[in-house]
This record gives sequence, C-alpha cells and structure tokens, in this order.
Amino acid sequence: MGEKVSVFREEHFNAAHRLNNAKWTELENQRIFGKCNLPNYHGHNYVLIVKVIGEIDPETGYVIDMKLLSDLIRDNILNKFDHKNLNLDVPEFRELNPSAENIAVVIHNLLRPLLSEHLSLQIRLYETPRNFVEFPAV
Amino acid sequence: MPILYLTRLEHFNAAHRLFNPGWSKEHNELVFGKCANENWHGHNFELFVTVKGSPSPDTGFIVDAKLLSKIINTHVIEVLDHKNLNLDVPFMEGKICSIENLVYEIWLQLEHRLPDGVRLHSLKLAETPRIFVEYFGE
Repeated sequence: MGEKVSVFREEHFNAAHRLNNAKWTELENQRIFGKCNLPNYHGHNYVLIVKVIGEIDPETGYVIDMKLLSDLIRDNILNKFDHKNLNLDVPEFRELNPSAENIAVVIHNLLRPLLSEHLSLQIRLYETPRNFVEFPAV
Repeated sequence: MPILYLTRLEHFNAAHRLFNPGWSKEHNELVFGKCANENWHGHNFELFVTVKGSPSPDTGFIVDAKLLSKIINTHVIEVLDHKNLNLDVPFMEGKICSIENLVYEIWLQLEHRLPDGVRLHSLKLAETPRIFVEYFGE
C-alpha cells in the first residue's frame, strides 16, 4: 500500500447568476434572497479548488497526472461555466438554484465519474474571497 | 503641510457583457469573444479609491475614512452591487461596460462629492485578481 496524499488543482471561472425559487412569489424570493434575487443577474469570479486524494503510484510518483486533471476540469467544468449565465446557459441549473452549495455538488458530480474509483474527490468553491463551500463535507 | 494619500478598498459583485450595438452579433463575438455572451457573465469587482490631502491638525485625518466609505457606498457601490452593469446602472447607459469606461464614470460620480480640502487622486478597478485599470483624472 502506497502513502495516501491529497493533491489540489486551482482554477477559476467568471459567471453571472441569480438566486430564485420558482415555487415562491416574487416577494418571498426578495425576502429570502435579498439583492441576490435581482432580476437582471449579478456575477462573481469563482475560484475552484479540486482536491484529489489517493495513493502514490509507485511507477510515476503521482496520485494523478496534474495535466490530465487540469484537462478534465477545463473540458468538463470551465468550458461549461466560464463567461456564462449559470441560470440560463448551464442545463444542470434549469431546475436547481445556482447557490455556491449547489454549484459545488454539480461540479463534483460532473467530475466524479471521470476519475478512477480509487481516488477520492472533494470540491472547494469560492464565490467571493470571503464566501466558500466544500463538498463532500467531512 | 505634508501631502498624504489615503486608499479605501470597496467591492461589488455584478453582471455585464461587452457589446457594441453598432456592430453585428458576429462582429461583437469576433472582437469581444466570450465576454459578449448575450446572457451576461459576472465578476467580483474591487475598487481602490485613493484621496490626497493634508492631515487636519484637529483629527490627524486627511478625511474621515468612515465618511469616505459612506460617500463611495452611497454613490457607487449601492448603484453597482448585485446589479447588471448594462441594464441597471444609469451612469453606464449607452456606454460599453468595459472596466476602462466604468472606472471613468465612477470618477465622475465621486470627484465632486468629496469634502473640502481632500481631492480624488486615483481609482483602481479590478475585474479579476489578474486584470485591473487605473485612472488619475487626466
């Protein structure tokens, strides 16, 4: 058994969104989500940190080839999210509020099937330098 | 009397797009690329406001930093935060929402609103941690 190590890749994307629950009235949405509910959207510089945990491969010395991880994130996350409107342009959020929590879960679920089952995956997503979430929570 | 510079950092999150209404959709996409996305994208903007003056012998301040913050918040941040810069901001109406144009318009909002004895020296507006513009009133 090799040593277990966490490796991290940091990426970023800029996107527009708004928080809105279609089942609630306009007034209820405004009361709960405040200015995050404004109808014409606002936006953020999201910073994404992808954490992969696994044993060091004795042949390469890697947990995962970082170029491969970087390509997976670019092709499956950044191309889909960057300079987009999360509510309008990303099908996963058609019925799901694009809160930082939900975005982290969606990113996790897009990447998880692309990684070997021997690797663990954790997503940290910064919506601002002061607000960030992690999934899965440990 | 010595001249000193005081900087206040504020931030706002907003959606925008780069678009020239005089051009075709194709030409906008050619010039502005993904920044022209018709459904908007967004950023965490940071605004550095630097003022210039001599400290008052009574307070030791160039300007009361709390008052400066209130002026910036009332006339700039509340107008821009969680808004769509193209649709929601009166002073950007009819202008391309680049950070160059935005910083110049912010200057016009602040310059004449500062208390006596203190002058606006410069504005620095960052769209991402990697792109920012500066304006010195020239």
